[in-house]
Amino acid sequence: MAEQRTVEIQVLRYHPQHDEQPAWQSYKIPFSDDTSVLQGLLYIKDEIDGTLSFRWSCRMAICGSCGMMINGKPQLSCHTFLRDLLPGPVRIEALAHFPVERDLIVSAGGFVGKLESIKPYLLPREPRALAAGEYLQTPEELERYEQFSACINCMLCYAACPEFGLNADFVGPGVLALLHRYNADSRDGGRAERMPVLNAEEGVWTCMAVGYCSEVCPKRVDPAHAVNQNKATSAADYFLRFLGPKRGPL
Amino acid sequence: MSVVANRPRPYVRSMRGWWRRDPFFMRYMLREATAVGVLIYAIVLTVGVVRLAQGEAAWNGWLAALRSPWSVLLHLALLLAMMFHALTWFEIMPKTLPALLIGGRRVAAATITRGGWTATLVASGALFALAWWWGS
Amino acid sequence: MKRSNAPVFWVLFGAGGMLAALLGPVLVLITGIAAPLGAGLPASLLDYAHLLTLARNGWGKACLFLVIALFAWHAMHRIFHSLHDLGLRTGALAKLACYGGALAITVVSAVSLLSLGF
Repeated sequence: MAEQRTVEIQVLRYHPQHDEQPAWQSYKIPFSDDTSVLQGLLYIKDEIDGTLSFRWSCRMAICGSCGMMINGKPQLSCHTFLRDLLPGPVRIEALAHFPVERDLIVSAGGFVGKLESIKPYLLPREPRALAAGEYLQTPEELERYEQFSACINCMLCYAACPEFGLNADFVGPGVLALLHRYNADSRDGGRAERMPVLNAEEGVWTCMAVGYCSEVCPKRVDPAHAVNQNKATSAADYFLRFLGPKRGPL
Repeated sequence: MSVVANRPRPYVRSMRGWWRRDPFFMRYMLREATAVGVLIYAIVLTVGVVRLAQGEAAWNGWLAALRSPWSVLLHLALLLAMMFHALTWFEIMPKTLPALLIGGRRVAAATITRGGWTATLVASGALFALAWWWGS
Repeated sequence: MKRSNAPVFWVLFGAGGMLAALLGPVLVLITGIAAPLGAGLPASLLDYAHLLTLARNGWGKACLFLVIALFAWHAMHRIFHSLHDLGLRTGALAKLACYGGALAITVVSAVSLLSLGF
């Protein structure tokens, strides 16, 4: 029988009531070719150290819960495999640029608040009766926003974004991509309501087009594209706003 | 706003040296640093224009400085900075444009980038030819 | 949320960046290497009389001014934000220094170019 392979996992631990600051703790775990980092963490929690705390849910890269820094890169732990990180040690810490609540759990309240602020739902142009039937949309109309609708709110892009790291008030790549998703949807009429978020300093204007957000996105949302194409939209709104009274943004 | 209760003492990690943590960030900082080259060149041109306005003697003094090895070395460095600026500028450019659809299909970012680089080569060739023609 | 005035500087940054991307390298090559050394371009290109003709011409004046000014505004915008990226406090003073510098370059070059007449 083949010998059981093991790998070293190092986790940056932090307990707010015991620790002044985080410290690395090392574990050695068995693994096989299909063991994800998440499964590794679950093994540690089940068999070695029940105090290890981390978020997870679906195990299949759709819920967005298990984001963390794995060997310095923001990744979903369910979507990252130990076989690709050999020989180890695998270094895991909480998602960058967020305050650490405990171990691998970060404060996500700020992100949620920002998400709420952009009205992430369709705002109809005019009231629509049920009898009018469903909205019809051409493939071209779908193409304009579909990519951005794939966001699973995993916040990896925030961990990738140094401008967010330097300024926690930055609305950020994910939320701005979702803002764009709704503005670009032909069924939506809420653009004017969302413009103030876009136009603020903390809106698109904190973005420096680093582009790392799009590199790390597990769903290929390309938030960098969403944010940066809206710089032109915001600039147009800025310069043309005095043309006519109730003129909406382009 | 969110109703999540604030946990006690969340730990905030430092952003010091953040750009050294990943090659991607290093490349970004290098890209941004090309602005120093662009600035220096703008200053060089400004000095040239000022010297020109001060008369022939002043201009010839400046020209002699431009011919010095230090100036040539400086301009070689500026040339590298400008080239890296051009390279990275067109890499980002697709992100700043709305998705272009030609015949219903999305134009790839790489196509736009290569278009930009081509434009640089063509414009550069044209300007160099113009300078050559004007000088001869 | 308060509207940002960033678009003003961003448009200048974009225009300068595009100009620098398209013509920056060749301009440095022409004005800093080829013409001064007479390598690939006649050294007489930079003669006083020649350049006076260029700078006195309306189009030539405009081109010189646009290159200098747009390069300066592009660079200062990027430098200002890079200072922030490097962790420095970028308050009103830093903004004044950076964009003030671009303004200074703009004014000095404009005054000199205009003083040459047409």
